[in-house]
Amino acid sequence: MSALAAPGTGPTGTGATGLDDDTRDALAELLLSMADDEFVLGYWDSEWTGIAPLLEEDVAFSSLAQDEIGHAKALYELLAGLTGEPADRIAYGREVGGYRQAALLDHARGDWAFSIARRFLYDTADAVRLDALAGSSYAPLAGLVAKMRREERYHLAHMHAWMVRLARGGEEPRRRLAAACERLWPDALTVLAPPAGERRLLDAGILTEPFATCRQRWLKELAPLFEELRLPFPFRVAGAGRAGRPGRLEPAFPEPGPEGRTEHGDDFRWLWGELTSVYRSEPGATW
Amino acid sequence: MSATASAELERRVWEALAEVPDPEIPVVSVVDLGIVRTVEVGPDRIRVEMLPTFVGCPALEVIRRSIAGRLAGMARRVEVEPTFAEPWTSDRITPEGRRKLRESGFAPPGPRPADEPAGRPLFATIGVRPVAGSPEATVAASPEAGEASCPFCGSRDTALENPFGPTLCRAIFWCNACRQPFEQFKSV
Repeated sequence: MSALAAPGTGPTGTGATGLDDDTRDALAELLLSMADDEFVLGYWDSEWTGIAPLLEEDVAFSSLAQDEIGHAKALYELLAGLTGEPADRIAYGREVGGYRQAALLDHARGDWAFSIARRFLYDTADAVRLDALAGSSYAPLAGLVAKMRREERYHLAHMHAWMVRLARGGEEPRRRLAAACERLWPDALTVLAPPAGERRLLDAGILTEPFATCRQRWLKELAPLFEELRLPFPFRVAGAGRAGRPGRLEPAFPEPGPEGRTEHGDDFRWLWGELTSVYRSEPGATW
Repeated sequence: MSATASAELERRVWEALAEVPDPEIPVVSVVDLGIVRTVEVGPDRIRVEMLPTFVGCPALEVIRRSIAGRLAGMARRVEVEPTFAEPWTSDRITPEGRRKLRESGFAPPGPRPADEPAGRPLFATIGVRPVAGSPEATVAASPEAGEASCPFCGSRDTALENPFGPTLCRAIFWCNACRQPFEQFKSV
């Protein structure tokens, strides 16, 4: 019988990182946040399988969900390489309070417009985050991010098309989309809330741009679209930028606190019960 | 192990890999799809690196086992390792692979999208040009549209129906000339 790699090791590989403990912990926390974002969104979106408003979207959302779960798996495997804990146990073996997805991903799928708005806000924020990791000094992450960006391109195009379609699709779709944006904006900011240990990640070149800078770029790129589609964009320009460029965009609502990735509500508690039910029925089993 | 023996074993490994079908589109092999990145042979070991077509490809483990199974016995140890050290892109599909895809009713992918610099404008990658009064036109105008000629009649008068298809790597098109749906292996 031929020797195969040990079960649970994936394409992202394992091995010594040469990172000091604090930097490794900061990287682990970043990977966990990103993995949980993709994992939880993948589960919510998979709920549209069979009940999406169009057959084509049934296929599309199933595919999007499969992509995100795949990204989550690869990120959990990277994390497993850092901590030695099996990827499946990280994904399914935690209590509700141990998950680190952004508050944006805590909401149940809602109606179609809500799912589209949430996905668009997430995909665009995630694209900026991936850009800040594409040149990462941590080679396994840079390699995975290069691959993920090629796939996310399709997500971005698809969600943008749906934002335009709903915003211009008559009174009801427009009203529902605007309501979803209004409700989601504060939680959307939590995707790019600076991670703990960001300074160390920047110093090590693992992250190439602070999340505060990422957030400004994200908002400035979204502003013209939201204006064009006449959708809620509750931000105001604070101060003047350098060399005649526009200043920082600041939220016109109370900034979400650091609990955005640690406190989860009833929607996620319900989802957690669903997504961990098989794992909890026989912990440690190989399915 | 002499250099000649080593080269001979490596040649036999590539030949064997050319017989390992893709589980989702069995008409093409893992070599046709460009999934095999490297083959290393040693006195008692064969090591194959493979590039997943999509990060979440559910066939990855099946492919890994098929390769290991096909190479079993050719060396004492056979290692098959997926890697993201470089991204698999649709440009890796060989001319032979493209011909086989077309013959079995799949449009081969168009040229792969260029690498995007980290500071790319977010919406340049989206590039949707909505046409007033025609919500459908927003999807048809996305960058993934077009670029597929019908594998049945060869017409280029085709339209993207859905950038997402029955598997992660396939999109669904409609041929306006022969009025049939067909699938395209996505450009990534």
